[in-house]
Amino acid sequence: MREHTEKLNPPRALWVPFELGRPVGAPGEPAFQRRVIEAALGLLAAPSGPVLESFPEDAPGGVSDDHSGWVCPVNLAPPPAAAEAAGASAVLVEVDQLRPWYQLGREQRGRTTVGVSGLGIEAAVELLAAYLDDPSIASPRDGLSLAQALKFAAEDVKAWYLEAATARPGPARSAALTDWFWRETAAGALLLRVASACCRSDVAGLKALGEKSLVPRSHASLLA
Amino acid sequence: MVRLSDLSELEAQHLLDLPCPVNADSPWAAAPPPGKARVAIITSAGLSLRSDDSFRPGAADYRVIPAAIDSGEIVMSHVSTNFDRSGFQQDINVVFPIDRLRELAADGTIGSVADFHYSFMGATEPEKLEAKARELAGLLKEDRVNAVLLTPV
Repeated sequence: MREHTEKLNPPRALWVPFELGRPVGAPGEPAFQRRVIEAALGLLAAPSGPVLESFPEDAPGGVSDDHSGWVCPVNLAPPPAAAEAAGASAVLVEVDQLRPWYQLGREQRGRTTVGVSGLGIEAAVELLAAYLDDPSIASPRDGLSLAQALKFAAEDVKAWYLEAATARPGPARSAALTDWFWRETAAGALLLRVASACCRSDVAGLKALGEKSLVPRSHASLLA
Repeated sequence: MVRLSDLSELEAQHLLDLPCPVNADSPWAAAPPPGKARVAIITSAGLSLRSDDSFRPGAADYRVIPAAIDSGEIVMSHVSTNFDRSGFQQDINVVFPIDRLRELAADGTIGSVADFHYSFMGATEPEKLEAKARELAGLLKEDRVNAVLLTPV
């Protein structure tokens, strides 16, 4: 935020009008990314400071572009009408449906960001569902609290879905992807249930997880 | 960074209400011309290698990202769920522009790319990061880095 940069008063700063999480602008846009970095490094030539300049371009695919036509590459079954029904089995069906697209995206990019939990995708889903069945389960990893294990499992599930959903060529606005995940998938419904259960926990780490670190503020109204 | 008017009123107000240090002074050091710069990336995105400990809430330390590492070894364990990750998932350069720096070094726009880059987890209060930031400054000097590209998420 420009407002924070003005308070922090760094010697050289380039303010960019890009959404949070995208400091260099947009994926798959190397020429645009290069212009951003050249503008930032160009501040090295300033004879005195502090310098706070503004980057003059919006990012391709940003909030001002219309990508309302984005659709998931797979027609998933409607999420269970009752959130209570969204357990591991419904999510694993989606995982199977999305798997070809996840694999295609992984091959195209030569990488995946899934794996911070150290669990496979199925095990991550099953851990989240198991917590709903028994909030006293043990963490599956030594040295990692149950709250952290659930957090990383949730991040892996989200990353797996979004990597699959963006494998098909064409821009996808992040807001559309987020809305799809939380409103239209069984995985989103499962995570909403986990977050609600964590909010009711007496364990401080689990309660904080449920209240702040599973569901984005933009979709917190979906919490039961 | 983001344009406040692009956020919901709730999200904009949340960010405005976050505690933020106010620095009356701004340290200044002469910089090399870009063509003589040896550049390192420091991000607050909570990046780590698969073999590293992931970041936990309140983490004030950093992870080392070797320039030569395969990008598939880099994962994100930032505690916040309120910023976009889909850009990073599709293209690491959105957060960690290592390919762009290599290109800039190859055509002489910058002098060279540092051997090591670094990530903090930016949800921690800035004051708690100071000790490790000072430690990191020493490591950067050892790597002959004379310019840093900071990429906050």
